Order: sequence, then structure tokens, then C-alpha cells
Amino acid sequence: MTNRTRQNRIALTGGAAAAEALRQIEPDVMPVYPITPQTPIIETYAKLRADGEVVTEIIQVESEHSAISASVGSSAAGARTVTATSSQGLALMNEILYIASGMRLPILMVISARALSAPINIHGDHSDVMDARDAGWIQIFSENAQEAYDNVIIGMKLAEKVRIPTMVIMDGFSTSHSVENLEILPSEKVKEFVGEFWPEKYLLDVENPVTFGPLALQNSYFEFKVDQEKAMERAVSEYLAIAKEFERLSGRKKDYFEAYELEDAEQVIILAGSAAGTTKDVVDKLRKQGKKVGLLKINLFRPFPRKEIVEALKNAKSIAIMERAISSGTYPPIYQDILNGLYQTKQEKNIQSIVYSLGGRDIFAKDIEKVFENLIKEDMIGEIKYIL
Amino acid sequence: MNKELAKNFASGHSACAGCAFPSIVRTILNESPDPVVVANATGCLEVTSTLYPYTAWKVPYIHNAFENASATISGVERAYKALKKKGKIAKDKKIKFVVFGGDGGTYDIGLQSLSGALERGHDFLYVVYDNGGYMNTGNQRSSATPYGANTETTPVGKNSFGKMDTRKNLMEIVNAHRIQYAAQGNVAYLNDLKKKAKKAFETPGPTFLSVFSPCTNNWKFPTSQYVNIAKLATETNFWPLYEIENGKHKINWATEKPKKVEEFLQTQGRFKHLFSEKNKPVLEQIQKMVDEEWQRLVNLTD
Repeated sequence: MTNRTRQNRIALTGGAAAAEALRQIEPDVMPVYPITPQTPIIETYAKLRADGEVVTEIIQVESEHSAISASVGSSAAGARTVTATSSQGLALMNEILYIASGMRLPILMVISARALSAPINIHGDHSDVMDARDAGWIQIFSENAQEAYDNVIIGMKLAEKVRIPTMVIMDGFSTSHSVENLEILPSEKVKEFVGEFWPEKYLLDVENPVTFGPLALQNSYFEFKVDQEKAMERAVSEYLAIAKEFERLSGRKKDYFEAYELEDAEQVIILAGSAAGTTKDVVDKLRKQGKKVGLLKINLFRPFPRKEIVEALKNAKSIAIMERAISSGTYPPIYQDILNGLYQTKQEKNIQSIVYSLGGRDIFAKDIEKVFENLIKEDMIGEIKYIL
Repeated sequence: MNKELAKNFASGHSACAGCAFPSIVRTILNESPDPVVVANATGCLEVTSTLYPYTAWKVPYIHNAFENASATISGVERAYKALKKKGKIAKDKKIKFVVFGGDGGTYDIGLQSLSGALERGHDFLYVVYDNGGYMNTGNQRSSATPYGANTETTPVGKNSFGKMDTRKNLMEIVNAHRIQYAAQGNVAYLNDLKKKAKKAFETPGPTFLSVFSPCTNNWKFPTSQYVNIAKLATETNFWPLYEIENGKHKINWATEKPKKVEEFLQTQGRFKHLFSEKNKPVLEQIQKMVDEEWQRLVNLTD
């Protein structure tokens, strides 16, 4: 750790931490529209703009649909572009998410993940981001304010490297509105890390006119989509390269996932987001009792690093996959992905699918302890279990 | 084809013979004193000009979706400002920003996006080529479809004389944003359209042109007739030529004796059913509506 960059230690909410990373990146254009619990990010940034600390062109659009639409215009024009949203806002953007990724525009979107209506609920879960998981965007989950800060910086560089739009996700309220201590890199180091954005082709290059968003029919559409998917596959290793570069800069360990006491663990919980903190406490407690339990916390969710994740599960006997989203009519999203990976590598495990904390319902250490106890007893039910 | 005329929008697009919008696009873009970037809403113009791997656009062009061309150009215009500040675009480099949308993409699904962009004051020109319906999807009614028109979603039948709702007055909605320049033009009056495009490009902030654009396929008239029919629309006061400059209305073409609106309607298959004994009152109603709208416009010029 001797080469580690000197960093400021300050206390910020997750939202403010993301805004701080954005201040340091200082994107060219930010089309934004308010929605709880994302709003503190754009409010903080608007104040920075008002105080002259950043020169970013903020566009106060009239809907999230226009926020992402203007982002497409801005990014295609050649400007580094960032937006932010939550819940209904992300759902309203849905149509244009596919257009942004189909046009290979490296837009960064910060998301305070929140439940979807109806009934309306402003609190955290992953329904919104899981709904967008097939939209061709990279999705990176954050456990806390520190990771939200780090992932904004990693996500910006990654998006532009692979020309795929990227969502950096933190849990609504539990992360976005909770004050935590975190380390902030010097601004010049962040600027140096993300570098300048120089797209190969862009609208404002008027001497070299290019047509964005053409009509592609039966003879070409398919190739466009396959090319896009190949780029998504390549993004798996690109993510790791950039994450490791950030690890060297910050001294904070970065990987596809966090393996917490995972190496020899026989009972494993897999999850993404803020509940990882509580789960680690529970793992510590049970380890002291001699129980071989562990946690696999997903960082990169799209593209899904299937091979690497299932490799890390090879010693596990029973696994609980805990999710803050439902995939209506079937098993939840992460469960489906893990099961695919295990099947492909011919690993047979006892697997439990658990849904927890929808609409911001609290989850406690005792709930997680119970999950581990059931795994140890191999008291598994085939159906999805809801921690109500 | 005349190279100067096609310098921004090439020949070889796949628009119907007798379609009005190639002339509209060329006339307007050729008036820009500076390079242009175009955003285009989904529609006939978009699908007939960008069939991959070809493009008719000799200027930078973006098609995003149907309802968001104005939001898209907002992003492009602010990117221009941002990159200028950064020095990535030379300080003295001027670029104009133009949106083309049909009436469906403007009056209906794109109205919110348009309103937002006008309110925020982006420096761009919005052009609606108004062919009075969803022509790209095969002639469904829009809020710009004229009263009495036969469309696939307002079909004529025992209990229907076609579209039974009146057209939306988009110019008044646009004017409510207090932009500096909005005008109504017509493909049959290209010199008038040129002047309006020139004025729009010279005016800072958002500007708006609503241009009459006959559709041979769905209005049902011979391809050779689009200019004649467009001319009749103005000569009957169905489509007055006027402009609103800083809130002041000015009529650009008027006659002492306007032709009866029937003369315009009878040229098109979509109004054929109106010329029956049963639909006489509908024809009378259309004439009354045209007269009232004209009078309203005249009153605004006082």
C-alpha cells in the first residue's frame, strides 16, 4: 500500500459521493430530470454549476424520456454525457435505453435503485435496474457510498473504452441517502484516469458527415445486433482491466465480484448491493462459531461474468441467491444467471432462491443468519422464498 | 440532378414520386449560412432517406426515435456549446441545428419534447412537414388530419364521414412559448419558404416552420399534382401563409376572392365521399371552419 495515492477522507451520502465523482470527471453535458431518490445527485451537481465549480452544460429537461433522448443527441454529437435516474424514470427511458446501446453511445447513468409502481413506493429495491438488464447497457452494482464513488469513475472510463452505455447502481435511500466515510481521490488523478473523450465519429464533425440511427432491414439488422453483443462479451475483460487499474490507483480491491470468506465456504449467499454489509457481519459472527459460510457480492452484473463466478463457487455445497426483484412468472434474475453457469460447468449444488427487501422493507442480521442456518441444515424449499 | 440543389440532401432516396418533402428539406437547408446538423423524427422522411448502407444525407444526421427529435437536438446543441467552451470546436465555428418531423411526430407523440426544447430556448429550427396523418404507417389519423378526411382509422361508413374532430392549431401552441419566430409555409411557394427559412436561421433561439406537404399516396391524387394541390390549399385559405415575429402576426399571401374550399377538397380521394348529397352539411361546415380560422388570423394581424 506504500504507492497508494493520498486521499481525502470525508463523510458523504451515496448520492453526494456520486456527485463528487462527477464533479471530478466534469462531463460535458448532463441532461437531467428529478425523481426520488436520485434527486440529491442532480441537486448537488446543479449547485456546483451555480457556484462555477464545473462548466458542464446541464439540460433541465421535461421528462426522463427526454433526459435519455438528449443524452443520445449529446453523446452522438461527441460530448462526454452523464445522466441519472431511478425507478419510474428508468422505466420511462426504456425505449431509448435500447437506442443508446444500439448506437454504441458511451453514456453514463447513475441510478439510485428503487421499487416500481404499482403500488407506488419511493424506497429501494432492484426492480427498476433488473427491468433494464436486457437493454444492452453495462450494469455495475455498488454496496455503499465508497463503491458508488469508485464505480462512477470506473464506469465512465469503461463506457468510453468499449462504447457501451453504463449504469452505475446504488441502493435507493440505504446507500443514496446514508452518510458514510469514504476516501476521495485527488481531482487531477481522476481526470487523468478517465482521460479525454475523443469519439471516432461524431455529429459535430461537420466536415465528415455521418448518419446516426439508420433504417436496417432483414439484410443487415441481425449483424448489427450480433456485433453489439460481441462488444458486450468483450466488455467483461475490459471491465476487469479498468477495475484493476483503479485498484492500483486507489488501493481499494476491485473485481467482478467480492469474495468474502468464500474460498473454503460451504454455505454461500450471493447478492448485490447494500445488504452485503450486514451479510459480512453475519459471516464474521458465524465464522467465529466455526461455520464455513461466505458471501459472493456481485459487482459487475451486465455483462454477467458467468465463468468467473461459478468457478468461485466450486467449494460451495449450498447457495442462497438473495434478490431485491421479482422476474414475474419465473425465478428472479441473478438466480437464473447463476443456475445457467452452474449447469454449463456441470456443478450440482443445493440452491435456494430468496426475495427480500422489496419496496425498502428492512432486512436484519437475524434474517440473514436464518438463511445461513437453513443452508447448513440443507433445509431448502424448491419454491422462491420471500423474507417478508 | 442539380448539384447545388442536392448539396445537403442527395437524389436517390426512396420517397414516393410526387412527395413534397424532398423539396422542403432542400429548400430549407440550402438557406443555412453555416454547416447544419439534422435530427429527424421517425417517419417517411427518415425511412426513405437512411436505408442502410445508404444515406441521402450529406450533412451530419441523427434519427433517435419517433417522439424525441426535439430532446435529441437539445443534446446536440448543448454538446456544441460544451465542446466550444473546451476548445474542441473552434470559437468562431458556427453550426446550425435543424429538426425535421412529420405531423404525427410533432403535433402528437413529439409535442412534449418540442415544448420542452422551445421552453429551454435551444438555438435550433424545428420544421414540421405536415401531410395530415400517419402516412409512413399507411394513413392513420393524427391531430393534424383535416376534418372530414377519410383515413384508415377514421374510415367513412354508415355512421362516419371520416375524421369528425377538428385539426389542432399547432402554431398557436408554439407561439404560446413566446419564441421569436414561427411561420407557416407551403411547398408550392418555395420563394416564400426560402425567405422564412433564411429568417429562421438568422433568428437566435428556437424557431419553427410548419410546412404544407401533400401526400400523393394517402391523399390519393396523381403524382404530378402535388404542387397544384398545395397551391389550392393556400388559395382557398385552407392553409394560409403567415409568420409570427416576436408575437406579431403577418399574413404573407392573401386574395380578395379566395376560392371555395371545395376546389381544394375535390382534388383528393380522401375527401371524395364529401361530395354526396348526404355529406353536403359537412362540406358547408368545412367552409365555415376555414372562414372562421382565416378571420381569427386576420384579427391577430391588427
